[in-house]
Amino acid sequence: MIKIEHSAGRSPTRLLAHSLLLCLLMAWGSCLSQTAAAALGEPQTEALSKAEPQALLEALDTGNFRAKGDAAQAIADSDAEQKTRWLQALLDGRLGKERRGERFYIITDDSGREWPIIDAITFEDAGSGTRRTVDVFRINNDLRTRIRGLLASLSLSAGDEASRLSAAKRLIGEISAENAASVRKMRDDEKSPSVRDQLDIGLALFEVQQGDAKALDTLRGNLDTRVRNTLAPIAAGDSALAAEAQAVLGGIESKRAWYDRAQTLFFGLSAGSILVLAAIGLAITFGVMGVINMAHGELIMIGAYTTWMIQQALPGQPGLALALAIPGGFLVAGAFGVAIERTVIRFLKGRPLETLLATFGLSLILQQLVRSVFSPLNRRVTSPDWLQGAWQINEALSLTLNRLAVLLFCLVVFAGLWALMRHTRLGLEVRAVTQNRAMARAMGVRATRVDMLTFGLGAGVAGLAGVALSQLTNVGPNLGQGYIVDSFLVVVFGGVGNLWGTLVAGMSLGVINQVLQPWVGAVLAKIIVLVGVILFIQKRPQGIFPPKGRTS
Amino acid sequence: MTMTDNLERRDRSRQAFLSRSTLFTSAALIGAMLVVLILNALPASSALHVSGATVSLLGKYFTYMLLALAVDLIWGYLGILSLGHGAFFALGGYAMGLYLNAQTSPLAGWQSLMSHFPVAALAVLLAPGLLALVFGWLTFRSRVTGVYFSIITQALTFALMLAFNRNEMGMGGSTGLTRFYELLGFSLASEGMTVALFLASGIAVLLAFWLCRAITVSRLGRVSMATRDAEARVRFIGYRVDHVKLALFVVSAMIAGVAGALYVPQVGIINPSTFAPLFSIEVVVWVALGGRATLYGALLGALAVNYLKTVLTGAMPDAWLFILGGLFVLVTMLLPQGIAGVISKWRGEGHRRGEGKGRGSGEVPARQEVSA
Repeated sequence: MIKIEHSAGRSPTRLLAHSLLLCLLMAWGSCLSQTAAAALGEPQTEALSKAEPQALLEALDTGNFRAKGDAAQAIADSDAEQKTRWLQALLDGRLGKERRGERFYIITDDSGREWPIIDAITFEDAGSGTRRTVDVFRINNDLRTRIRGLLASLSLSAGDEASRLSAAKRLIGEISAENAASVRKMRDDEKSPSVRDQLDIGLALFEVQQGDAKALDTLRGNLDTRVRNTLAPIAAGDSALAAEAQAVLGGIESKRAWYDRAQTLFFGLSAGSILVLAAIGLAITFGVMGVINMAHGELIMIGAYTTWMIQQALPGQPGLALALAIPGGFLVAGAFGVAIERTVIRFLKGRPLETLLATFGLSLILQQLVRSVFSPLNRRVTSPDWLQGAWQINEALSLTLNRLAVLLFCLVVFAGLWALMRHTRLGLEVRAVTQNRAMARAMGVRATRVDMLTFGLGAGVAGLAGVALSQLTNVGPNLGQGYIVDSFLVVVFGGVGNLWGTLVAGMSLGVINQVLQPWVGAVLAKIIVLVGVILFIQKRPQGIFPPKGRTS
Repeated sequence: MTMTDNLERRDRSRQAFLSRSTLFTSAALIGAMLVVLILNALPASSALHVSGATVSLLGKYFTYMLLALAVDLIWGYLGILSLGHGAFFALGGYAMGLYLNAQTSPLAGWQSLMSHFPVAALAVLLAPGLLALVFGWLTFRSRVTGVYFSIITQALTFALMLAFNRNEMGMGGSTGLTRFYELLGFSLASEGMTVALFLASGIAVLLAFWLCRAITVSRLGRVSMATRDAEARVRFIGYRVDHVKLALFVVSAMIAGVAGALYVPQVGIINPSTFAPLFSIEVVVWVALGGRATLYGALLGALAVNYLKTVLTGAMPDAWLFILGGLFVLVTMLLPQGIAGVISKWRGEGHRRGEGKGRGSGEVPARQEVSA
């Protein structure tokens, strides 16, 4: 089952519960208008129905939690139209009684010292109350579970399929002897198969709790956390049921472990794709010119700042801004690259160590420039809606959309570069100069022009990396610095000027890092990777895919 | 006396330990120490009095000069650019920091050994030395050279920075080691100690300068310069290039370690930021500005850049990175021989020095840097 969840602001379940409530209230509202129309002629019944809610709420005013639970049950069983709202307020600890009086209130906001309150029966504004004037009904954990079950079965009996489905999901682990019968009845009445499945899981879980081993079959391979949490204590015993539950639990655990691995792989690949984007430009320039561009990280930063600036220019249209930022980041960073090549690197030809130092100086200047022009503070680039949230594949596996997009973007950029290198004249010349500069020049390749264009291309790709990065982290003057050492490792690991090597190296470093992280922590994982690469180039100084044949 | 004899004698004198620049530099160092000593002894009311804070600052410059010597020894005379020499500096500093901490509160585990000065002094030399030995053995054996070597040294210091930031290392985490009160039973806060540390740093610079000078005029030094200029050729002649490199690299790391050890009591803190790649690469620009492959150039460069830094970070903190960055670019493009190059040109002997020529990787095509 595939579901897209938006995780903006509040927790998704909370949001869902609220919208559910709204739907229900509207449904009841329409019922109410019908009954009100029918009851117009009979003033007595109206008085009676007004007295009844009062009595229902009175029953809650007791110190005994069991009695309070029964009162909540009575509310749920009654046909008072406010009952969902009452139970929700009770659950949230927002239902209370006037200290000296008979009125009941719902607290709409309990964050401050003075609470805005509404009348619990009429929902009319009742001014404000405080801790001194309103006695809030207190509940304990058992009661909380019971109320949750009540609320879920309430929403199950009405609403559209989506709200019923989420209600059924919430019932998992909440079914008790009190509501099992009603849930069973609802399950038999339910038309939607997916809702029925969820109810079956909830009921099976309840039956297992009651000691029914047969019900375990329904739970086999279920990934819901609550199923696991409920099964764990059952499996801890030493009865026959426990052994079977243990087996089911083992199956669930191994299935979860697989999805966890898939999740780690995904995170690794997405981290790796950033590395690839950052390193591939470096790999090209290093390959063609033998030049280490220490300002490469700052070109990434320029790409990210371009994204931010375009977004500032187009407020409210993050999607369009991002679409424009892709060519924009490429062009701006590329222009910086060409400028660096023309003004500095050109004059340091054949002196790689000096080039390294000069470009390092440029990186310091660019960083300070950004700090002075913008600010030393980090900037936030808002992602368009379609990049927020996650692609929820199942309970155990959800892929964040922005990371997925970066991964795809990286592959697209890689494919584009590969095609450029393979099928264009520039690519041909670049490869020729990479292999043997002197020979290429002898064959009529204008090496200096190739240098300039390659450098611009590498810088442009760095800009693209910056655009991608702006969707994952905040944009700041130090953005590039964090990636420079890693990108060099990728280049060294993958082999100089080798596109495939860079791809494989970047992705594997990303994955290795992610795999190590839970074991040894982020810092140690990084150290292990660093040491690993240092040891690796002992064996293969030319990277994973050493160039075949003779190079000059 | 024939013409050839004459040339040979000149050639020999050129390589002698006591050249004019050696004498001059030694005299300048000793003179500077004496002058500071005398000016510091003057009564505080005197206009020429040099305060303890200034003496301490000058002592810090001396440790930086020591570090610059270490970098120049391998970059200038061996042609390998280490972007991770701050790591050796910091290791020496941490060894000293542990010793200083052990004076006030006993340390746990193996660190308790560091409370003895001889052990600590040994650690100051051995910690950077052993790291350089292992790291150098691994890299030189597989002929990692040129920019590859630079990048890997940078990765090394980066990894160490991450490691020392961890509290589990027992090195104070990101705060590092601080709270130093006593050294060899004397209070660190006293003016006498400040002057003593200043003198110790100055003498260390002098000794390291003579050591480097002795190395560079020795056979080892000549092979190393040959390696710098044409590594493959030296190897084909039959020299073990990797051994030469390893020897100089270890010596250089130890000098850096001593520099760190002298730096820590004068500054009062050592923390993982000393491992930051930026610091190591700054050291390289000191050497580049002063003049690579001249020992006095390295000393001069360290002094000049750090004095500039002290003045500018106080006056215009925002401008400092512009200026430092600008120095990197301008020195590499316009002053490839640094201040020392300007001085020798000014004295009309720009082409006299053997070590001034053949700027290492300079004449070697880029692709040959990556020798398999």
